Amino acid sequence: MKTERIAAIVGVAESDLGKVPNKNVLQLQAQAAKAALDEAGLTKDDVDALFTAGNWAWAPNLMLAEYLGIETKYSDSTNIGGSSFEAHVGHAMAGIQAGLFEVALITYGSTNRTNPTRNTYSAPLTGQYEQPYGLPGTVGSYALAAMRHMHQYGTTSEQLAEVAVATRKWATLNERAYKREPIDISDVLNSRMIAEPLHLLDCCLVTDGGGAVVVASKEVAMRTKKRPVWILGHGEAHSHNTITNMPDLTVTSARESGERAFQMAGISRDEIDVAEIYDSFTITVLLTLEALGFCEPGEGGLFVSGQRTAPGGDFPMNTNGGGLSYCHPGMYGIFLLIEAVRQLRQESEARQVNDAKIALVHGTGGVLSSSSTVILGRD
Amino acid sequence: MNLHIPKPVYDEESKPFWEGLNNDELLIQQCRSCHKNIFYPRSFCPNCFSEEIQWKKASGKGKIYSYTVVHHAFGPFKEETPFIVGIVELDEGVRMLTRIIGERNQVQIDKEVTVVFQRISEDFTLPYFMLSNAN
Repeated sequence: MKTERIAAIVGVAESDLGKVPNKNVLQLQAQAAKAALDEAGLTKDDVDALFTAGNWAWAPNLMLAEYLGIETKYSDSTNIGGSSFEAHVGHAMAGIQAGLFEVALITYGSTNRTNPTRNTYSAPLTGQYEQPYGLPGTVGSYALAAMRHMHQYGTTSEQLAEVAVATRKWATLNERAYKREPIDISDVLNSRMIAEPLHLLDCCLVTDGGGAVVVASKEVAMRTKKRPVWILGHGEAHSHNTITNMPDLTVTSARESGERAFQMAGISRDEIDVAEIYDSFTITVLLTLEALGFCEPGEGGLFVSGQRTAPGGDFPMNTNGGGLSYCHPGMYGIFLLIEAVRQLRQESEARQVNDAKIALVHGTGGVLSSSSTVILGRD
Repeated sequence: MNLHIPKPVYDEESKPFWEGLNNDELLIQQCRSCHKNIFYPRSFCPNCFSEEIQWKKASGKGKIYSYTVVHHAFGPFKEETPFIVGIVELDEGVRMLTRIIGERNQVQIDKEVTVVFQRISEDFTLPYFMLSNAN
């Protein structure tokens, strides 16, 4: 394993989650940011770099910095969809390594449930070649990938359902999770069909919510209140924007981002104790596990069978209940980081993975378009 | 058939494609420099970055690369479910998103399809595809 320590995550927090009709996106981000800085023992005046992603303002960083009263010398609004926040962590580490700043605040906030903005019809630029056919943007695109995977490898709806069921088991252990009643495979298969082969319970939630992650240089991390969670590796990649232009519907750019992250961290797949993997849909998880090299191409269905990723299974994954059962306010990536950090600090209570030392976090954005992998570890 | 699909926002780059469809022609592009076929329309070749791009008429034949049956749709498509959206790979090697016309039970990945020109309004036509061996 890499022994050089450059930057660490020193604070994480969620805002109110679920249905939050009384808070706007700025309030949600401020609430999470304050809690994350508090647990680190830092203040807003320690922050010298601000990272956010969202479509709630023409220039979100400007609005957010003004609202929070934060003056920054570095600003990054990289938006590659749900994986943006894993990208932000990588970019923050690079900026710290270059000596550009010491404390980066990464935030996200969304009122996706209270004020749904998706699925409005407008078809300019490259959208004009897809929108007229009525594909329900995100779920339809993932359904095309799932159908192809089934055709090519014989993957079944039961195998996809394994992911939803295992993830719900974790959610039953998490008081903050939105959906906590247990489900079984037949519940998933009998839920309403949305876009074949994906059922309602193959799809993530639509919630409100926000989160914050504080990344600090090694020097700052050594004097913060919490045990530092070191950023050991990072990689990112994107392969397409529209689903029609995905080179191979069964292979995501997690193959590239994952390889870079593992190389940087200097560890192998079997050293990962806990995995937090973007689960916008059950198929997202299967494709990601394959592309990250946890199994061979086409073997994702087999890999997750027998509730392997559930509590007590030998591959603990999405231990907060995931986007499928805990929360999913549009761009979910920041919540993967929050849970991985809590697992490595042994703060995950009933859902704690015994003695977790190394965590893999993988964000997927767009329609399987972007990938960003972060590997975290504690001393 | 839903005839209330809003017209896409055309621009100078895409106009020949949409105008071709009104004349029952499926037009794609080809790079004169590297000879690669291109879809969607662009001013530069995404393979070699040449600006030497020409339009050409596609065969209108291809096969289904993937598809989904949509049961829950939005906006103008809400009332139309279930319908089949697919990605078709043309014989020329480029892929397009499209509607697949055919019996649900007959539609499968790798089946051969042929373009049909679906008139939506007087000056708006969409290229749908139907199973080649269906009547």
